[in-house]
Parts: sequence; C-alpha cells; structure tokens
Amino acid sequence: MKLLTHNMLTSKCIKGVSVGYPLKINASDVKETEIDFNPEFVSKMIPKLDWPVLYEAADSLGKVGDLPKNIIENFENDEDFLKKVHHIMLEVEIVNGNLICPETGRKFPINNGIPNMLLNEDEI
Amino acid sequence: MFPCLKLRLLEERLQCISDFQKPKILLEQYVTPSHLGSHMLYTIQSQYGDISGKLVADLGSGCGALTIGAAVLDASLVVGFEIDEDAIKICQENVIEHEISNIDLVQCDVLKYAPSRFNDCFDTVLMNPPFGTKHNAGVDMKFLEIALNLSHNSVYSLHKTSTRKFILKRAESLGVKAEVLAELVYDLPTTYKFHKKKSVDIEVDFYRFTKQ
Repeated sequence: MKLLTHNMLTSKCIKGVSVGYPLKINASDVKETEIDFNPEFVSKMIPKLDWPVLYEAADSLGKVGDLPKNIIENFENDEDFLKKVHHIMLEVEIVNGNLICPETGRKFPINNGIPNMLLNEDEI
Repeated sequence: MFPCLKLRLLEERLQCISDFQKPKILLEQYVTPSHLGSHMLYTIQSQYGDISGKLVADLGSGCGALTIGAAVLDASLVVGFEIDEDAIKICQENVIEHEISNIDLVQCDVLKYAPSRFNDCFDTVLMNPPFGTKHNAGVDMKFLEIALNLSHNSVYSLHKTSTRKFILKRAESLGVKAEVLAELVYDLPTTYKFHKKKSVDIEVDFYRFTKQ
C-alpha cells in the first residue's frame, strides 16, 4: 500500500468513530518500487493531500529523508521537491503490518501490500 | 484524440489476465472480457484522455481487467477496491505477472466502506458493476452514486441496455451528464450452474457520466 492511499483511508465506517483519521501505521515490512515520474500529476495531487499526515507516515517508516515539513512555495516549479513527493507518495509501499484506528485501536491488517478494511457486522 | 497504446496491443495484454476460479454468485462475479475491456479503456483514453497521468479508481475491481488495463495505459495510480479475497489474490497474481507497480488494491465493501476522504479525489472512476439482476436489484445504481462521489470529473460504467431509460433519468436527477458511448454485447460464457445455455448474450450500454 502506497502512502497516497494511506492518506485517504479512514476508519470512520466503524460505529461510534467520529473522525477515524489518520490511521496509525505499524509496519513490519516496507519496500520501495520504481514508478515513472510525472511532475504534473504530483503538482496536482499536492493540494489534495493532507500534508502533515503524509509527512508523519513517511517519518514513521523511516523514509522521510529530507522531505520538508511544510509544503514549499511555488512547488510546481521545483522539480527536486516534486521528485521527493513522488517518491514518498507512490514509491514507498507498506507490504505487511497494520493500520490502527486512532479512536478505537481496531487494527486493519495489511498483507502482501493490501489493507483489509472489511468490518464485521457488529462494528458497523 | 489523445495518445494511446494500440488497441490490439492492449487487448493482448488483457487476454493474459486470469479469471475467477470459483465465481461467487452473491457477488455477481463475471470477468470483463478482454475485447470489451480493451475497447472501453481504449475509448476512455483515446477519445477523452481520462487515463494517462490520472488518478483512477476501479470499483469492484475483481480479477483486475480494468485496473491492469488502466495501469498499462499509464494511469499515474489505479486504486482497485474489491471485497472478495479470492478475487484479490488472482488480481495480485495478475499484477505481478504484468510487472506493474502503479496499482494499489484495497479490500473493502464498496457499498459500506464509503471512504469519504476519497471524495472528489479521483480524476476518473471505472467500473463494471454487478448488474443487480438477481437478489440485489439496484446495486449498480448504488455503485454509480458512490463512483460519482469519488470522482471530480468522470465515471465510466456498464449497465444493462434494458435499464437505459431509468439510468438516464436517475443521472438527470443526480445532476450529472450521462452519455451512452456504445452498445455492447456481453458474451457471458456459462459461469454458473443455473446457466442452461453455453453462453448468454447480454446487451449492455457503455456510459460516460460527467459532473457538470
């Protein structure tokens, strides 16, 4: 699971959970893949991201590198910055571990890169 | 016209996708045939440029025909949402086989999970939803409404031709533009025991829905 996807997942679907975001990451296995860099796509995604959540996620995996803590100005023209975001958002992948609901502690397992967000009937 | 991989090459890629081993009737699991999937994807990219460089979702991604096809056409990322573990396993094998890394799969019940933080996030949503013919009438419309929430631009979907009037009306009441891009014949090989004939032809419409 890529950190772009993590940036959008919530546990709000659990009964009684009000925000359910961000999901904490407990990763046992992380890998890095290679994906074609598309600066326009990255520029377009940056305003949609929850930046602190992306930063925190990368940091918790030890992959934050020298990614700035805040979005820089005129990022559209800064290829170096866009490449860093591209890498964090699309190339860093959690292979195995858990996502954890911040309110209930409910764990959503990630196996082979796929988060299982299914809930039992009594949790909905 | 937008640049696109040749239709023939796309179809060849989709032909190598493995199918459901034990299709589940409750989930209406039918594979998207490669000629149908490749024509859909080719149209979406070559006519509308809605795949290459885009964030794409596939709702009910199954074995991954549309997910993998969109990834082959250079979507920046395709997120496939699928409830069934067996389908996900096959999809994952297909992804590995095709050596594609611009795909993420999420196991969830699209109808219940409603990942609201994803709303308006996707450029394009693709789906070949359950047609809702047996015990789950109207399920394709639920999928459509969810798809329209997720996309800020367009949704591409298949629905039975016999429901066209209803779908166009529903789209109007949801305030979206609906166009039937093509009438297709879905040649379903006998998937389930209750299918008495060797194959069943189902007429389906290929839709493009756009938010206005």
